[in-house]
Amino acid sequence: MESKVIVITSGKGGVGKTTTTANLGMGLAEKGYRVCLVDADIGLRNLDVVMGLENRIVYDLVDVVEGHCRLRQALIKDKRNENLYLLPAAQTRDKDAVQPDQMKALCQELKEQFNYVLVDSPAGIERGFKNAIAGADESIIVTTPEVSAVRDADRIIGLLEASEIYEPKLVINRLRPDMVRKGDMMDIDDVIEILAIPLLGVVPDDEAIIVSTNKGEPAVTDKNSRAGQAYRNIVRRITGEEVPLMDFSSQGFIEKLRRLMGGR
Amino acid sequence: MGALIDFVNKIFAKENGSKDQAKERLRLVLLHDRTALSPELLIALKEELIQVLSKYMEIDEDGLEVTLDRADNAVALVANIPVKSVRRS
Ligand SMILES: Nc1ncnc2c1ncn2[C@@H]1O[C@H](COP(=O)(O)OP(=O)(O)OP(=O)(O)O)[C@@H](O)[C@H]1O
Ligand SMILES: [Mg+2]
Repeated sequence: MESKVIVITSGKGGVGKTTTTANLGMGLAEKGYRVCLVDADIGLRNLDVVMGLENRIVYDLVDVVEGHCRLRQALIKDKRNENLYLLPAAQTRDKDAVQPDQMKALCQELKEQFNYVLVDSPAGIERGFKNAIAGADESIIVTTPEVSAVRDADRIIGLLEASEIYEPKLVINRLRPDMVRKGDMMDIDDVIEILAIPLLGVVPDDEAIIVSTNKGEPAVTDKNSRAGQAYRNIVRRITGEEVPLMDFSSQGFIEKLRRLMGGR
Repeated sequence: MGALIDFVNKIFAKENGSKDQAKERLRLVLLHDRTALSPELLIALKEELIQVLSKYMEIDEDGLEVTLDRADNAVALVANIPVKSVRRS
């Protein structure tokens, strides 16, 4: 297969880019693909803790770019899946330590060794964002169904187009079916209608995400988590399968029932 | 079961929850965001306008003004073009 560099970006901060990168990376690796996660959020590294790999870091992305180490010395092998690697961001440097051209070259080099290179972009539209998209072939835009997040997503879609990264795919994160039912949250169709890009998937708001982040184990491996199921579906869509959207309409009720019965 | 719950929910739902406001506000704010013209584009637009208009009339190039006017729920391109004389055909 042809290798792909996919950037996960959003404009607005805190909407779930890092969570999405970690889950899709783990999910793709579980399917047998060779995957490298790149944390492009230089100065605010997070992907390592979400993946539970923070104790293994020796070198980072800036070390590679500046020639302090070889690329393979900086790659951290996941402890659960041998197909999965992480290139961590530098924590004590800032975004100006890397140039878009260097990111492009780095992504090219990673493409030779991996099937999927997923780049976790920082929030914003400045240098860090420009670095993150520099080597990308494709993009995934994460948004929540809220006014400010959708507005920022729209801006990012324009900027990606200007950088000749066409056809971004949309992930709507933290959907609350109960609020949608009450008419207090935009639904999936509302957001697609506004942004007018193809939908890759919808991830419900789920406590399991917080629990899994606490443990450093992406929810995609948790068979009982709704968000995990949503991420497994997205993984299958990325690999070309057609997977219908999961049914959110009954979620509130089943969840209530589950809670009533005292189980998860 | 889910369908029934949905149905009951719809009956009791407030006529228009806050999502309608969210949608309408987004529609307007994006209308404005998406029509933001960069200075370079504006200059290019002016130059082409002058070229086209000059075929038909003599205009005062220095007095030419082109702006995007943002009313509450619409955006209009407003051009103020002083005409010196109209060419006879
Ligand atoms: N589907 C979800 N359900 C519940 N909580 C979620 C969900 N997705 C993300 N979160 C939580 O939201 C917070 C922000 O997520 P995350 O760090 O992935 O966002 P980000 O876009 O990478 O943020 P930043 O812009 O700061 O890099 C985290 O605490 C995460 O656990
Ligand atoms: Mg992040």
